[in-house]
Amino acid sequence: MADPAAPPRPAPDPVDARFGSPLTEGLRTYRLVVAMWVRSTLTYRASFAMALCVAVVANGLDFVAILLMFSHVDRLGGFTLGEVAFLYGTSATAFGLAHLTVGSMDRLGRRIRDGSLDTLLVRPVPVLAQLAADRFALRRLGRITQGALVLAYALTVLEIDWTATRLLMVPMMLVSGAALFGALFVAGAVFQFYAQDAAEVQNAFTYGGTTLLQYPPTVFTRELVASVTFVLPLAFVNWVPASYVLDRPLPLGLPVQAAFAPPLVAAVCCVAAGLLWRVGLRAYRSTGS
Amino acid sequence: MAHGPGRAALYAAVAAKGFRRYATYRAATLAGIFTNTVFGVILAQTYLALWAERPGLGGYDQAQALTFVWIGQSLHMAVAAMGGGSEEELMERIRSGDIAVDLYRPVDLQLWWLAQDAGRACFQLFARGALPLAFGALVFDLALPASPGTWIAFLTAVALGLLVSFGIRYLVALSAFWLLDGAGVGQLAWLVGMFFSGMMLPLNVFPGLLGEVARVLPWSSILQLPADVLLGVHTGTGLLGVYAFQLAWAAALLAAGRALQSLATRRVVVQGG
Repeated sequence: MADPAAPPRPAPDPVDARFGSPLTEGLRTYRLVVAMWVRSTLTYRASFAMALCVAVVANGLDFVAILLMFSHVDRLGGFTLGEVAFLYGTSATAFGLAHLTVGSMDRLGRRIRDGSLDTLLVRPVPVLAQLAADRFALRRLGRITQGALVLAYALTVLEIDWTATRLLMVPMMLVSGAALFGALFVAGAVFQFYAQDAAEVQNAFTYGGTTLLQYPPTVFTRELVASVTFVLPLAFVNWVPASYVLDRPLPLGLPVQAAFAPPLVAAVCCVAAGLLWRVGLRAYRSTGS
Repeated sequence: MAHGPGRAALYAAVAAKGFRRYATYRAATLAGIFTNTVFGVILAQTYLALWAERPGLGGYDQAQALTFVWIGQSLHMAVAAMGGGSEEELMERIRSGDIAVDLYRPVDLQLWWLAQDAGRACFQLFARGALPLAFGALVFDLALPASPGTWIAFLTAVALGLLVSFGIRYLVALSAFWLLDGAGVGQLAWLVGMFFSGMMLPLNVFPGLLGEVARVLPWSSILQLPADVLLGVHTGTGLLGVYAFQLAWAAALLAAGRALQSLATRRVVVQGG
């Protein structure tokens, strides 16, 4: 409660904000909006705790389907259950991180349709940050938790010859993978500037991508593996680096150095998605006269 | 409540509007077809690997397993497997209080939403279902029947499955009367439905007791049973048994929906009232 007698705090100099780089300003906005949504979520603690537990169990059914497959076979595409669990865990966790942080971007089409994007445009903070933090859904921690549990299971059952490089590879995969999926979410949002009604197309790449990566690359045709390696480089989320960790040949006969490329690939994709975002936002014309 | 011919015409008109409403969004329809096809390709290749490892798994040969995948993708939207059905709108209306307007209408709430959902499902089934199945048939070796009788039997099973699916989704939507924010329940309902309808893996691949339980739960009516009808697993009296099973679940769920509805509407207190 502010003391009415206290002198009013000086208003922050509007020029100050302009000194910050767009990136720091964007991150600050993102943090503030996220904090607001988190606070509002945690108002109903019991409800949130329930939603989270439900999310962990319900997402787990997805992995149960894989367990059921392995109740009939010992290997799928030459991969053991532990190895598939490793692929599943890395894919689901990386996707979950991206889904939590920028997953709300897929509401852009709806915001364009109902005109509420214009409200975000008139605020003096980056639109990308506002949109990414929009309706920040803390319950999405459920998917991350479930992915991490499967990953932990994989790491306990797999007998990996751990070297320092292999050990570092796991967190590197999760961070780069999350960045790759994040770039995909942003690119999907850009697509919605041009085709608002066709928002569902991006699900084929985001949700479809994480589903694809849960299975071994050996299950899929060479063309499919090649297109998610060279065209849409999702294979760098886990297939390529995981082959190194699991001591298997890399898909498509890639050289072993490719296993270290994910951070680079992710960085390139993030920059590309950022540029696409600028082009898309500039092309946006609101409705009306 | 009167149920004369005028009533039937009213609900038919609501269903027709539901159909036209979804038919308006052509880009969205094409986008959905694309997404279902991509998922179909991913699942089909996974199943190919699984059935290569264990031929005859669950009593299916490889072509039947692939057919199952593509039927699943074709029905995905019609049965609102991952949301997108009328229940989302109903839930939103309960949350916002607009439901009060619906309750004022001189029509039955459940039949109104059933009619609307039937119109939607009809559009989704033919506009969104046909193309992924055609794509699957072109690219993969499927076991589609040649006899029109089997197709008619299949479509009947699909219609009954849609009734069961609506029965479940209506119950989920009504939960918003108590919870207000039904998003969590909705999501739980999809995931459980995806798993027990066979969308993730055919139920005849489920081992032991789990398989037996899964086959008697209502969700089996949504995908597993219609798919088996198309694959020619159920014929003659077996087919009648399938229909009876589906009808029994549909009747039970719709009756439960009606009971819950009368309980819920007694709770309605419009803001300020």
